[in-house]
Order: sequence, then structure tokens, then C-alpha cells
Amino acid sequence: MGIPITVQVNGVSHSHEVEPRLLLAHYLRDVLRLTGTHIGCDTSSCGACTILVDGKAVKSCTMLAVQADGAEITTIEGLASNGELHPLQKSFNEEHGLQCGFCTPGMIMTATDLLANNPSPSEQEIRHALEGNYCRCTGYHNIVKAIQNAANTQG
Amino acid sequence: MADAQNTRDRHDVVGSRHRRVDGLARLTGEARYTDDIFLPRMAIGKILRSPHAHARIIAIDTSAAENLPGVFAVITGKDMPLPYGIIPWTQDEHALALEKVRYIGDAVAAVAAVDEDTALQALELIEVEYEILPAYLTPESALATGAVKIHEKNKKGNISKHVLLEFGAVNENMRQADLVIEGDYFFQGTTHAAIEPHCAVAEFDSAGHLTVWSATQVPHYLHRELARVLGLPQENIRVIQPNLGGAFGGKSEPFDLEFCVAKLAQKCGRPVKILYTREEVFYAHRGRHPMQMHYETGFDKNGRILAVDTHTILDGGAYSSFGLVTTYYSGQLLTAPYAFASYRFDSTRVFTNKPACGPKRGHGSVQPRFAIEIQLDKAAHALGIDPIELRRRNALPAHTRTVNDLHIRSNGFLECLDRVEQASGWKERYGKLPFGHGLGVAGSTYISGTNYPIYPNDMPQSGVKITIDRSGRVTLYSGASDIGQGSNTMLAVIAAQELGLEVADITVISADTALTPVDLGAYSSRITLMAGTACLQAAKELAAKIRSSVAKKWGCAPENLTLIQHSVRALDDPDRRMPVIEAFALAEAEFGTLCTTGYFETITEGVHGDYRGATIGASPAYSFTAHVAEVRVDAETGLVRVEKIWAAHDCGKALSPVSVEGQIEGSVYMGAAEAVMEEHTTMENGLLAAPSLLDYRIPTALDTPEIEAMIVQSEDPMGPYGAKEAGEGPLHPAIPAIANAIFDAVGVRIDMLPITPEKILAALRVKEAEEKSTVRD
Repeated sequence: MGIPITVQVNGVSHSHEVEPRLLLAHYLRDVLRLTGTHIGCDTSSCGACTILVDGKAVKSCTMLAVQADGAEITTIEGLASNGELHPLQKSFNEEHGLQCGFCTPGMIMTATDLLANNPSPSEQEIRHALEGNYCRCTGYHNIVKAIQNAANTQG
Repeated sequence: MADAQNTRDRHDVVGSRHRRVDGLARLTGEARYTDDIFLPRMAIGKILRSPHAHARIIAIDTSAAENLPGVFAVITGKDMPLPYGIIPWTQDEHALALEKVRYIGDAVAAVAAVDEDTALQALELIEVEYEILPAYLTPESALATGAVKIHEKNKKGNISKHVLLEFGAVNENMRQADLVIEGDYFFQGTTHAAIEPHCAVAEFDSAGHLTVWSATQVPHYLHRELARVLGLPQENIRVIQPNLGGAFGGKSEPFDLEFCVAKLAQKCGRPVKILYTREEVFYAHRGRHPMQMHYETGFDKNGRILAVDTHTILDGGAYSSFGLVTTYYSGQLLTAPYAFASYRFDSTRVFTNKPACGPKRGHGSVQPRFAIEIQLDKAAHALGIDPIELRRRNALPAHTRTVNDLHIRSNGFLECLDRVEQASGWKERYGKLPFGHGLGVAGSTYISGTNYPIYPNDMPQSGVKITIDRSGRVTLYSGASDIGQGSNTMLAVIAAQELGLEVADITVISADTALTPVDLGAYSSRITLMAGTACLQAAKELAAKIRSSVAKKWGCAPENLTLIQHSVRALDDPDRRMPVIEAFALAEAEFGTLCTTGYFETITEGVHGDYRGATIGASPAYSFTAHVAEVRVDAETGLVRVEKIWAAHDCGKALSPVSVEGQIEGSVYMGAAEAVMEEHTTMENGLLAAPSLLDYRIPTALDTPEIEAMIVQSEDPMGPYGAKEAGEGPLHPAIPAIANAIFDAVGVRIDMLPITPEKILAALRVKEAEEKSTVRD
């Protein structure tokens, strides 16, 4: 009853037989044990599980693992490269853009997609992009600032 | 000398802008939260919950579930018959219901199985026979004559707690008042909605030692209650709080899942994990109590408060939780920042068949703060006094006692008022903005830790241990729970300051009952003052040892030495320095293995009065806050847009300014949401109306107002370096400031929360009708 899939996750190819109903979020966490992708709700509301699928930010709880067959996936664990933090990781650290950190991976993945398509977004554009990601600690203030600063350094 | 002074100035870790100790781990996905724990052979647990709001359990048949292949264990209330509860005097909960269920969602049975599907299937096979009882979903129905007791053993019907306290001549003062403002207010229930759902994992070893990992903010109390309910010696239990994904008070007492994972693990000989669904989190609740508040406030013609008389009904939900404390807090914490010449509060908490209410950020005092700050605003308008000026006239001084005998030391409230007045352009803009656009002000106070431990004892409330190993690495052990607020960073700041190091040089190990000295937990905003004091003591003692060893070697007085920038230096000779690592080695050679401890003991002298109840609401130090809110109200649709909130908060001393600002911003966000968005309500059958993050509306980045956080530092003698709390106080004024701004914008008062477009439109229609009839007259 398993369906074979092959996915590239953070540059590594994985092949598994998965149940057709297995959510991508659960595949990442339970099968690959990439626990940096968090799950905060059961209604695709919170965005904590956001990852990149072929470069696009996707809530991994809204996708089945079988739909990701052949896709290239980036999770928070794969964002830093060659021991160098991603500019967003750096700026979240500098700007105190996190408190409990539970929403942080999703925030950063969403922001990665935003900056890829819009390298110098306005504050309003950043807030719009984060609409699908809840943070309960920060009031979003420093998250927005961190994304602005990352955009400035990248640009 | 001047040079030495300069180098010392450059080593101010306290008060500098630094990064979090856990930032990198949380930014890379490395940080492990409870649900990230996968143990070999681990079973998955699930809990069967009551579909009835109030019912007697006649029989439970678990045989079919037990026989399902893949099921390892099934437990019911009989497996853990001892009651528990966070407050030792009101232990009225069971890990699994014993004889009765008291709300929809009450836990009845639990299973451990090979996977989640099997566990869920097993739950379906458990048969429970109920005798349905009348359900009481409002305090009025629960208090009606003839109502069935929700707790049979409760003495007074469905009254969970009643407090009546009176200070000064309330009736006489009220009679002599030039102005009496009377108002009825309602604060709705709201919930914490931390993004991480509750989760617990348990494992027994072959010696019978239990380890529980839990997303808790009170590992110490959980440790005690696990021992009690499971009948195990405390020394055989270890509680570990992994990284925690937010709490806000929602994880500050034991929950059914923590007992269930332990019992199931014991029964099936495997580790067991239970993760709440988001729906279960909403039913577990322990959030803000809905409060109905009738307030009468007497003023003289200059706006001075002569008398405050309040009647409050708290809708407690099904269990006591922290309710005894909440009931006191609903009155005791109202008596600052304003001087009351006399005060009476009469608060009654009522059991109802709904998820139990408990502590949410600003426990028990956010609701009454809403009422009193609107009362003040109404008085200011009636007397023609500017609302900020009226608050100034009533402000308590520093070093004073409140009408209910709380001892206030530092007090930066007036500066908070000045700061928000100036930053918001209040003088130029208040009362002068066009229709639909308004400003409002409110103030508040909060405790820096409740003065006493929850269970009476004379031991320290917080301990910290600091060690230095031969590599020069400093490790700090604290039982305090970092729930995201940054308490581990705060402790590292203190240790780094005293030892001449940087924050990143300190490893903090926290909230593990086997490794760390006891701290009572992350509640009542106690950690900075209490764990911070313990940490400062341990760090100072360690620094003294190091200075003394170096002084001996250099033949100078230890007072002449300072630890800065990774070195020990002579204050009178800036060129004389020794790297700290050498100094650590000298000290270890002289004193043996380097390890010091510090602790915070309960302060019993002079903190509060000596009447019954005087201890609840007392704290070593009080924070102060003022907000100005700016709103736009669309009179056509009733929609409120909170544009900006200026928040000035007196935290005594900001040990970590970025953390303090973060706490202010997060508090303002949460308060603004309670004003205009959030409501935790039940429907007529006792089901929650919005048990998901889809339906329970928390603000997105777009809904959140612009926030300007301002730090005021009054330096309290009781806090480490003068520090007080910052995590809860700054929430309070947001809600009344928004309500007062709406009045400034469109001239209507919304005294019943949440402030919805419907309520605004209804109020505007009433106002229009009144104005028309006045014109006709």
C-alpha cells in the first residue's frame, strides 16, 4: 500500500514508500527526523511547518508526501550553507526576531520565499507575506525588522 | 585610573544589547522541543475525553480496547485515584476522571499503542456509561437554587472562592464624593494559544526511576504532583523541560497528559509520548477568567479617588486551578499605581461546566484593570480634567504602602506617563482629532513574583549553581523555566557581568530536576527578581574567589581587582592584567573545584499587612506601565483599527534591553488582541465555539498595531541590579487604553469585551437616537 517517492531534501536524495495520506510535515518529522519543521495546529493556520518546495514557501501540513515526489525541498536545517548562516538567520539573531522560537523556522522559510521574489520589500509587503504565519511571542515587531535588515544586507 | 575606569565601562554586559543564548539553536532547527523527542520502542498515547459537560460515570469497559492488536496499555481514573491541583488547599482534579466528568473534554481514559492510528482506534472501543447531569454554563445558572454541585465536596454550592476585603471608610467616603462613577464591565474569556501544543514523554528505567519530559513552565510543581499521584518517591522522578514553544501561563500547572504518559509507561514498559491536538489545547485552557465587574468609584472635585467599591463574579470553569489566587488578585492588585483613600472588593469565583480558567499573562489583574481605567477616563471627562493629568494627581509615590498595605519601593509610573504623553503627541492631539480617530491612555502595575511559594515552606524559592571547568567554560545551573521570555539569557547576562565574560561564554542548563537547583517556575513574573538574585549571589561569590587568588599572587588587595573583558585587572594599574583562564586555574588550585551557589529566600519582613489574605498579591517589587493607544474607528462599519500603541514600562533596570522590549511588544500585541479580537467561548451545549487556530482569531502581522516600546528604569532595591518584571505588566493597559481611545474617536463607551463592530454600531445608534431626542427636547 506504500507509494514510492523520491525527494531531494536539503540537497540529499531520499527514497521511501509512504502511505498516500501521509502529510509532508509528518514525513519530514517522523520519517526523516528533521524536527526543525514544527507543527502548531491542525488547520493549516499557524505556518510553523512552512518549508520550501521547489523554492516556494509551502505549509508542509497542506501537502501530502506523495505530492512532493520529485520535488526539491528546503527545511530550516538546510538553510545555512558551508557553515555560514543564511542572512535571515543572522538578522533574526541580531534583531532579537524570536523568543520561544517555535514559529521561527516557518517565519524564516516564508521570508526566504519573499526575498527571493522581492529583494527589497516594504514593511507592508513583509507583513502581507507573513499573513499565514502566527507568532504569539514577539508582536511581529522584530520579525519584520529582521526581514527588512536581511533584505538590506542581501541587496 | 581613568583608563581603568574606561575599560570597566566598556564591560557593561548588563544593559547592553546582546543576542540570546539560545538564538542560534532556535534559528537552525537544532533546538529540540518536547515533541522532537523520539525514544526507542516509544509508544504513542491518546486520551479519551468526555462528550458531556456534566455527567456521572457509571461504568467504563476497556476490554475491547485492551484486546486490540497494537495496544500496550489502557488506563482509567482508578489507576490514579489521588486528586491533585496546583493549589494545595483546592486539589479537586484527577489525572483521569474518577466518578464524574465536569466539562466537555474532561479526560476519562488513556491508551498507549504502537502508533497514533491504533491508539485512536482503541479510544473508539472504550465504552463509557454516563448518567447525564444538568450542565451549568454561566455563573448565574451554577449559583441558582437547587443547582447540582459540580464538586460534591465543595462546601458552598458551586462557589469556588469568595473574598471580601475592605480598607478604610468606603461607604462614608462614597457619600462625601463630589462625583460617583458607576459602571458594569465584562471581560471575556481568552486563551494563551502558545504555538507549541502541550506534549509530554515518559520513560521508566529498570530501577523504577521515572523521567518525564514535558512542555511545562513549572517543572518543580509537576515533579511534586507526579510523585503524589503516581505514589512514587520524589527522588525516583526526574522532570525535564526541553525547549518550550511559548506558554503565557497556559503550561503552569500539571495536566492530564503528564500523569498519563507516566502511568502508561509504567504499565507497558515502554516510553510513551502524548501530544495534544490543537483542539485539546483549547479544551485544556486555564486561560483568562471571564469576569463580570460592577464598579463604583467616588472622586472629589479635583479628581482624587476617595473610594473604590467593586463586585466581581469570576467564571471559573470546572476546576479550581489557580482560582483561589485569581480571586484574590482580582481585587488585591488594583491598589496601585493610584492612591485609593478607601477600597472594598467583593469577588466570587464560580464553578461552571466549562474548561477550567487559570492564569494567563497578567493573572487575575488584567480584567479589573480594564474596569478601573475606564472608570478613571469617565471621571476625567465628567470633571473636565485631562485623563493623564487625572492619573498624575492620583499616582502613588515611591516608597509607600498601598491602601491594602502592599509595600511599594521603586515607582517609575510618573515617568511612564510622561514618556507616553510626549511620544504620542498627546497634548497637541488628545480630544482634537477628527471624528473616527482617537487617543486613549491607561496605566497599571504588576508584581515581580508572588511573594510566597505555592506550598508553604521555608526553603529558597530559587537556587543557582555556577561551575567553572578547567577549559575556562562557565556553566550555570538553574531550575528556572525559559519559556521563550529569555530567562536563560538574563541569567547568562548576570554571570557574564560579574565574571568579566561575554554572554556567549556562559552555558546555561535549566529546568531539569536532576541537574538544577529548585526554582519554583515561570509564573507571576518572578524569575528575573528571584532567579536573578540567586544568580547574582553565586556569580559574586565566584568572582570574589578569583579576585582573592589573583590578589594573593600579586600581593594586592582583592578590592583593587576587577574582572573585565576576559581578564583580571588592577584598578590602579591598567597594564596589570591576567587572562581569566589563568585566574580560574589559580582559584581552582587554591579553593578546589570551582562551584558556587546562590539562592533567593522569601522576604517576610515589611512586604505586606497582617490581615487574612494580605500575603496574596504581595511581591518584593512592583512594575509600572502606561500606554497611549491610537485608534481609527469606521463609523459606517464599526470596524476598529488599532494604529499604534506607545508603551512605557518601568522594569527597574533592564538587564537585557532587547529582551525587555521584546516582552513589552509581545504584551502589547496580546493585550490589543484581547481588546478587539479574541474570545474563548462555549456554545449552549458546552462545546467550545472556536477550538482551533482557524476560528479562534489571533492577530497576524497585519492585525498587530505599530508598537513603540519605551523602557523606564526606577532601580528597585529588591531586584538584582534594581531589576523588576517585564513579562506581564505591559499587557494590562493596552485593553482600557484602546477602549478609551475609541471613546475619544467616536464618543461611545464599550464596556463589554471584546470590542466588536456590532457593539460599536449598536452604541453609535443609541448615541444618535439620544442626540436626536435631545435636539427635539
